[in-house]
Amino acid sequence: MLSCQQATELMSQEQDRRITLAERFGLRLHVLICAGCNNYRRQMGVLRAACRRFGSGGTP
Amino acid sequence: MDLDRQSELTALRPDLLRFAHLQLRDAGAAEDAVQETLLAALTGSHRFESRSSYKTWLISILRNKIIDTIRSQSREVSASSLAADEAGDDLLNDTLFDRRGHWQDSAKPGRWADPEASFEQQQFWKVFEACLDHLPAKTARVFMMREFLGFDTEEICKEVGISSSNCWVVLHRARLGLRTCLETNWFAGAET
Repeated sequence: MLSCQQATELMSQEQDRRITLAERFGLRLHVLICAGCNNYRRQMGVLRAACRRFGSGGTP
Repeated sequence: MDLDRQSELTALRPDLLRFAHLQLRDAGAAEDAVQETLLAALTGSHRFESRSSYKTWLISILRNKIIDTIRSQSREVSASSLAADEAGDDLLNDTLFDRRGHWQDSAKPGRWADPEASFEQQQFWKVFEACLDHLPAKTARVFMMREFLGFDTEEICKEVGISSSNCWVVLHRARLGLRTCLETNWFAGAET
């Protein structure tokens, strides 16, 4: 079973590389039972969206 | 209508400078990149309907200038200076995780209410900039190369002279730090 620390590492890496099937499976299992990491994963998406917006000059 | 470019440029210049400075962390280099952007902008003949479309266009020029600057300084960010950023990260890890690698009770990520609404608020972007600025310099640079300038990790490895796995570690640290900063300074207060 992944620790939260390992899970956060994978959640970052899935933004940068294609993670393996085994990694994806481990991560899915982990976020299913861990509310904190489930939130973290959504936050990674928010970060990327924020960066995209900021990096293209689309901020108010 | 066409904008009064001269006055718009003057108004937008501080935004451009901050954007360049965040990524280059060097006042002189940031100033140069912005100067070149302004020159290019003044000689361009596009027409713009609004300040926001003008700003988007200027930022896209500036992004290219920043990429040029980074390429010309390639390998300035050595692996050893990245290692110097690590000391602070150990501290962050200890604050966030217990010895078995589980979230500390105080650090468990919460639910971020309506991020899209936050994106519409200027105050959110001030916090966002401050959080970027708060990241260790080299870590921030790798992160912004990835997220703002669109480099993939292989290009970053080449420019910065680190391995892929090292690059993933640095990007992870940046995201961990940035989300923690945003949660503490923005989303935790905004939660209902």
